[in-house]
Amino acid sequence: MKTSTWIKLVIVLIIVAIFGAYTLPTIVGKKNAKYISELFGNLLPTDTINLGLDLKGGMHLVLGVETDKAVFAKVSMAANNLQQALTNAKIAADQVIPGSDGSIRIHLVDSKDLQRAINLIMSNLPNYQIVSDNNPIVIKLKQKIVQKIKEEAVQQAISVIRNRVNQFGVTEPTVVRAGEDHIVVDLPGIKNANRAVRLLGETARLELHLVDDSVSVADALNGNLPPDDEILYEIKRDPTTGEVTKIPFVVKKEPVITGDMITNASVRFGGTLNQPYVAFELNSEGARIFAKFTATHIGKRLAIVLDNVIYSAPVIQSRIGGGRGQITGNFTLEEAHDLALVLRSGSLPAPVKILQKVTIGPSLGKISIEKGKKAMIFGALAVIIFMIFYYRLSGLLADVAMALNIVIIFGAMVMLNATLTLPGLAGIALTVGMAVDANVLIYERIREELLIGRSVHDAVNTGYDRAFITILDANITTLIIALILYQFGSGPVKGFAITMAIGLLANIFTAVTFTKTVFDIVLYKFRPQKLSI
Amino acid sequence: MIQIVKPNIFIDFVSKFKVAAALSLLLIIIGIGNLVIKGPKFGIEFKGGTSIQLAFDKPIQITKLRDAIKDSKIFKDSKIQNIGSSNKRFIIYTKVSTSSTTSSIEAVLKKLLDPVFGSHYKILEVDMVGPKIGKEFRDKGIIAIVLSLLAILIYITIRFQYRFAVGAIVALIHDVLITVGFLSLFGYEFTLDVVAAILTIVGYSVNDTIVIFDRIREKVRQNRNLSNEEAINRGISETLSRTVLTAGTTLFVVISLFLFGGHALKGMSFALLVGIISGTYSSIFIASPILLLFKGKLMPEKKEVESTEAFKKRIEQEVRF
Repeated sequence: MKTSTWIKLVIVLIIVAIFGAYTLPTIVGKKNAKYISELFGNLLPTDTINLGLDLKGGMHLVLGVETDKAVFAKVSMAANNLQQALTNAKIAADQVIPGSDGSIRIHLVDSKDLQRAINLIMSNLPNYQIVSDNNPIVIKLKQKIVQKIKEEAVQQAISVIRNRVNQFGVTEPTVVRAGEDHIVVDLPGIKNANRAVRLLGETARLELHLVDDSVSVADALNGNLPPDDEILYEIKRDPTTGEVTKIPFVVKKEPVITGDMITNASVRFGGTLNQPYVAFELNSEGARIFAKFTATHIGKRLAIVLDNVIYSAPVIQSRIGGGRGQITGNFTLEEAHDLALVLRSGSLPAPVKILQKVTIGPSLGKISIEKGKKAMIFGALAVIIFMIFYYRLSGLLADVAMALNIVIIFGAMVMLNATLTLPGLAGIALTVGMAVDANVLIYERIREELLIGRSVHDAVNTGYDRAFITILDANITTLIIALILYQFGSGPVKGFAITMAIGLLANIFTAVTFTKTVFDIVLYKFRPQKLSI
Repeated sequence: MIQIVKPNIFIDFVSKFKVAAALSLLLIIIGIGNLVIKGPKFGIEFKGGTSIQLAFDKPIQITKLRDAIKDSKIFKDSKIQNIGSSNKRFIIYTKVSTSSTTSSIEAVLKKLLDPVFGSHYKILEVDMVGPKIGKEFRDKGIIAIVLSLLAILIYITIRFQYRFAVGAIVALIHDVLITVGFLSLFGYEFTLDVVAAILTIVGYSVNDTIVIFDRIREKVRQNRNLSNEEAINRGISETLSRTVLTAGTTLFVVISLFLFGGHALKGMSFALLVGIISGTYSSIFIASPILLLFKGKLMPEKKEVESTEAFKKRIEQEVRF
């Protein structure tokens, strides 16, 4: 045998062995794979193929981060500070209005303060540029800074959500960014979908506000609201009837404590009914502020506000040192757990909106995988039988190549940590159909050459040579499409593109290199006068 | 040796171009006309909304299900579709998709169904897509198809000739239009999976066309005296056996997917079924004859290249005068 044939044989065997090793765990199951791997000194891979949510059940969420709101929050804060600074500098401004487009409109009472006000703005807010220097002055956040805030909001949202998902106790969750402001969350095997959605979407902006006793609630509701106050509602739900009551409170706009000062939160039990409540701890700065504030406001009420809803408004009994506080309310144990969890994981920098939600029950996943498998096996079986019937031994060889193709696809998917979805399964089934195309091309060519009277040896070589260019051209164009699909597709389309691309590459290897090597060996070893084709 | 197509067969395919073109045009007009009149039926990935899949223990009357939900605001404009023929599985579609209501859609449905069906049903799948992301999916799908066409155009132009690229692209657009038309005629929805199927058809169609083109080019190279018609007819005839075999094996698998793949794969496998038949037909009767619409030989005549000496001499003379 020629040396080149030997080399080819060795390469083919190595490739088959590598992909086979990666496919084996999926076939024999994770436990058996571990056992086999131990026999070989833990050298063999034990990972099985990743099943998509459509095959195993679970929840798929696409969240959109409302980055505009993060920008608005920054601008509002700047507007607040600016108002303070103007007052300190004795410049009277009757309007400092933040806009959702990142701008602030400042209207001065007296236009002669204009230059002083502009100077003050320029030195206080370097990230803003002046759009209009007349009265009212309009300034706008620089585009570069806007981009930065949005980017940070998405990054932070991802880490907060990842944190919450991990604590929620889901096995193998994925939280990945998709596009500019989308986050894709996959939660396999989740049972209580609604609870998970609530948990992920909670902004969890916790603030403690002083209740303003000097203003009557009735007055405030009629429009007599001091400018530094706001009305917030406590929402009480009767656990037996499910009836909801809203109790209005007048509170100071400026929070005493904000959620970013919280370092830890946990569920405790207490009170006369031994009910669950949430205990939280503050960082040193928060602890100092909290101690000082409670010392000076004994007898006043402090509203605990989460996402603009008052949970409770306890009366300050004494100075609270040590930076510990608690949130009581009519919590169920689950609610208390979830509240503690979102407080621990930090607040979302901007609200997230659910753009897409797919919940697939585990039974449906089982149905799909059974049906997909059945269809695939049936289709493949028909092709296998036909090939042997039509091309005899050579057909059998093409069948082996096709089986190898499937092994390589599965192995490569395990290696790349790609996910097998239902359309992906269809993609594999289709590859099976198309996998024989290359061999059909070659075999038909060999038959033609045999018919014009060439020797077996020449016919095989010419057949492979001639068909190879065609196979390459045909496969490359399809591969281009697969790559474009992968780039622009999402979800199931992406899964489909991956299997298609791997299948095509595997196809060139199995249908051309592998079968040619076998032919070479047979031709040199046995020198047959006739070919079973 | 078993042979489906006899070797040395020769069929005059080119002369049937007019009939084929008329037939294709007719099918496309019927299909696309139907699509335009009825309007495309987009899956919820594209238009936004919520779909809920239900499974019942035993067969139920669809009207009973409809009556149970018709008074609710969320399900007012909803559609109910029966999956399979057992009257046990249904999909409810509603246009409502805002994220504030999603968490409660399941709860609302449960409240409506529990009094009627008790615990004899299960919610299998809840799928919600906001309108914004639906638009994004649609735009991305269109970009993917346009880019694929461009990439194929460039590749074939480089590897073959411009006219081959035109032939392949026309055949490919033909296959996509036929498939889309048939999907509409038979009332299938356009979902992401169907888009994936259509893109696979694009791949299959080009694949099939290129195999034939390769043979046509080979014929021209072997015998430069061959007329274009003759070369095309021979190319198609000689690859006919392979064309039939590959289409056959691929159809085995796709038909099996269509029949046994279950509800989730129905739309996708139907698209593949139509597309593969159309793709095989178009590479023979549409793509190849289109090559004839261009003037000139399929293989450009070899130009006499001036030798360096002759070139130098000519330049010298031209400069002198």
